Amino acid sequence: MKSNRHVVIIGNGISGVTCARQLRKLDDQVKITLISGESKYFFSRTALMYVYMGHMKFEHTQPYEPWFWEKNRIDLMEAWVSSVDFDQKSIKFQSGDTLIYDDLVIATGSKPNKFGWPGQDLMGVQGLYSKQDLESMEALTRSGVERAVIVGGGLIGIEMAEMLAYKKIPVTFLVRESGFWNTVLPKEESELVGRHIKEHHIDLRLGEELEEIISDENGKVKSVRTKSGQEISCQFVGLTAGVSPNIDFLKNSELETNRGVKVDLYFKTNLPHVYAIGDCAEFLEIPAPDRKPIEQVWYTGRMHGETLAYTLAGKPTAYRPGVWFNSAKFLDIEYQTYGTVPATWDQEYFDSFYWEHESGKVAFRMLLTKNKEVVGVNNFGFRLRHEFFDRAIKEKWNGEKVVSNLAKANFDPEFFAPYHIEIQKAFNFQFGTSIHLGKRSLIQKLFGASV
Amino acid sequence: MKLIQKIGILLFLVGIGTFTLIPFLGSYQLDKETVLENTKDIHQEKMVEVLTPMYGEVYHSNFEFISSFKTNFNSFNDALKEQALWDQVIWDDYSFPLAKEALSSPVKDNPWLFLMLSIGLAAIGGLLYNLPKHQNEPAGVKNNGVFHSSMKNRGWMGMITGAYLILFYIILYWFPAYLVNLVAMVDPISLLLSGNPASQWFLYGLIYTLAILVMGIRMFRKYRGNKYQQLRTASVMFFQTAFAFLIPEILVLFNQPYFDFKNIWPLDYDFFYAYQIDTFLSSGGVGMFMLIWGILLIIIGVPVFTYFYGKRWYCSWVCGCGGLAETVGDPYRQLSDKSLKAWKYERVIIHSVLVLAVVMTLLTIVNYFSGFSLLGNVTNQLHSFYGFAIGSAFAGVVGTGFYPFMGNRVWCRFGCPLAAYLGMVQRFKSRFRITTNGGQCISCGNCSTYCEMGIDVRWYAQRGQNIVRSSCVGCGVCSSVCPRGVLKLENNSEEGRINELPIIIGNDSIKLNA
Repeated sequence: MKSNRHVVIIGNGISGVTCARQLRKLDDQVKITLISGESKYFFSRTALMYVYMGHMKFEHTQPYEPWFWEKNRIDLMEAWVSSVDFDQKSIKFQSGDTLIYDDLVIATGSKPNKFGWPGQDLMGVQGLYSKQDLESMEALTRSGVERAVIVGGGLIGIEMAEMLAYKKIPVTFLVRESGFWNTVLPKEESELVGRHIKEHHIDLRLGEELEEIISDENGKVKSVRTKSGQEISCQFVGLTAGVSPNIDFLKNSELETNRGVKVDLYFKTNLPHVYAIGDCAEFLEIPAPDRKPIEQVWYTGRMHGETLAYTLAGKPTAYRPGVWFNSAKFLDIEYQTYGTVPATWDQEYFDSFYWEHESGKVAFRMLLTKNKEVVGVNNFGFRLRHEFFDRAIKEKWNGEKVVSNLAKANFDPEFFAPYHIEIQKAFNFQFGTSIHLGKRSLIQKLFGASV
Repeated sequence: MKLIQKIGILLFLVGIGTFTLIPFLGSYQLDKETVLENTKDIHQEKMVEVLTPMYGEVYHSNFEFISSFKTNFNSFNDALKEQALWDQVIWDDYSFPLAKEALSSPVKDNPWLFLMLSIGLAAIGGLLYNLPKHQNEPAGVKNNGVFHSSMKNRGWMGMITGAYLILFYIILYWFPAYLVNLVAMVDPISLLLSGNPASQWFLYGLIYTLAILVMGIRMFRKYRGNKYQQLRTASVMFFQTAFAFLIPEILVLFNQPYFDFKNIWPLDYDFFYAYQIDTFLSSGGVGMFMLIWGILLIIIGVPVFTYFYGKRWYCSWVCGCGGLAETVGDPYRQLSDKSLKAWKYERVIIHSVLVLAVVMTLLTIVNYFSGFSLLGNVTNQLHSFYGFAIGSAFAGVVGTGFYPFMGNRVWCRFGCPLAAYLGMVQRFKSRFRITTNGGQCISCGNCSTYCEMGIDVRWYAQRGQNIVRSSCVGCGVCSSVCPRGVLKLENNSEEGRINELPIIIGNDSIKLNA
């Protein structure tokens, strides 16, 4: 491997940036170029909503100051790539310029799904993924929007609903499934989130699908019609029915693609010196039994970048994800998950423990094998420690051990309500165990919040 | 906005308006007896003579009166200075007590009425505005529109607020004679508490305490459902009201030294000044207790409490400067500079102030024990320089006046020598840290944005590292605003407190040292 080789990364999202940073740590010599047409500097995509809602300015979403890139000799190029000539190892830009690479990393992320709905390209209709999407949404909702319709009940959909609610724009939220995000969340959790959405005065319509988006005489959206035949007048439509790999510029090349760029567990594509990571990569074989061929999460993108950097630095390293984890925030309710808790499970093989606080906003689910080994947890409205569950799940602790030690897993701020004690009571009740209930210190009793 | 909140804003503005107009009311008339009563024995004769042209004159504004006073007084002093008769120059400034006595105004005649119309209306208006906040909303993070707000994002409202505060501090510290109407207005409260008429510092203390109380209530509303934030707010409200405001006044009522039991050297920079030590030593058991208590706080209280709880036990639970920053200053916390450059300036400046305070105090003590034979004048000049530059200009004018420009902790971050001392303990010998929850950070930046101390919290969180920084005051807002439950303020064993994780939890691809 020549020491002054040129690694070019297309895409400066979390996977591309992590790959570049990690590679620089491992290899002082290699020349690294990070290309993005979206934004010169890396920003946190997940924070775009907070810019819209005035919690932050766009610059606050940038985790590194400009000097960082210079100091670490990561060259930034602000340009859109139009195609790649893999034989010549040459990247062609929309501007007409070209750039030669020795190793190429494709980390171009996703784009919002559009399922061929009539009117999906009208003015006033958009998804929310990129910085440009945010700017478009700010412009489109500045004034004159009396109602907005959001299509698709996932994480971006609920973010968009929260954003529009900040502008006091009434929102109708069309969700095809019978429960919010119930392809991922079990029924109780899905209902918990659904109730909270309604508490925020968002018009949540479950089991309702988009039929068509109707235009006014100027090519702007004026209403949508649902499958049930209802017409809803609106001036803005958010399309949030998931995302898919953003690889159109690579189609019809010798690079093997399906939905995403096909890669092995080393993120190698079918072409030498070409790799793909993050949302746009599609694994030939899934990396673990509970994983999907395309991983579209911040954390997996980061791990892809981290892992590929080792291979690029001459230490071939296969992607072996550890215990799954994820998090989200549904309006005011935080959600974390560790391990595997699917939306449904086979009761022949699994036992479920579910506790919900009487407020209906705090909940804990633990899925156990029939041997009572923990396979995963969901928690809503309170915080749990990653390290604790990473270990408990990896070491296959039994449910009783997990619940007995729950105080150690608590990650809520000091003086918050001791939900773990309620969970212990409920667990004892359901499984007939006799776990010693946690005790509150005197200070906690005097000043702390009660359950 | 609800109607009641609009009324609140209106009342608040009327109160502030009245407060601003009050200094211009009334007239001033000086006579010989007043001068005799309000000047030191050694100056009486001269002052009576110097001010003779003013007797019998009626001045229709504070400007006229003070300008006439200055003309007469300065011509006397300037003549002496020209002849280099330094020991005959009168260095004392009698403008404040003389103006206060010479004043006759409706405010002085009806202090309670004007108190109600100014500070009272502002406080009630503030309460009416704050109490209904976030009603009918679920508990949660309430930062909507912060950067779209003219007040909170350096817009024209922020500029005006900052300019008003700066002006107020400048007049309060260096031109208090212009404020005698306001001081006379709070005389009755001062008489009730301590039996003495008010000084400008009593006026300031009263406003300061009320501001913390009213804006503390705003914190209760904003952080509904967040016990940590509510408790620490209640704590600063309590310590300000009881320890900083009421107890010292009541001590004076019982002929004891004025003393704030929670103020700690070197923030309390004159604790070892000769007149303080003399006061302690001449006040019997109580004075001795105060002296010992103050020293114990410095040498035992700070290190022990900071070891167990971090500097937050003081900075965001007890301290008066912190109390103002955490309540009145909370709307501006996002304006602190997070750049690496700012952090470099911070370290140089705050430690310079600490060195200056320590050197000054050592000189003072040496001087005290050498019977003022050594360094007599140097110490005095150092005291007046420190009092002017650090005690007044930095802590007051910049510290509070710059809230709307540079965030609410400018003094605490760049200037406070006690914060520097607490910070060293916190950084090197403490159980406190902000724990990062494994790999859950999404680098969104809310934590860094809302850190009032300008710590780039995200820098650590996104690497899975705990945050151990000398400047962290443990306000807990990073943890509150984190959307993914990543940050937790903890006191725990020192082992593993500072962690370098080459690989963040959740990725088993890379085996280290395998």
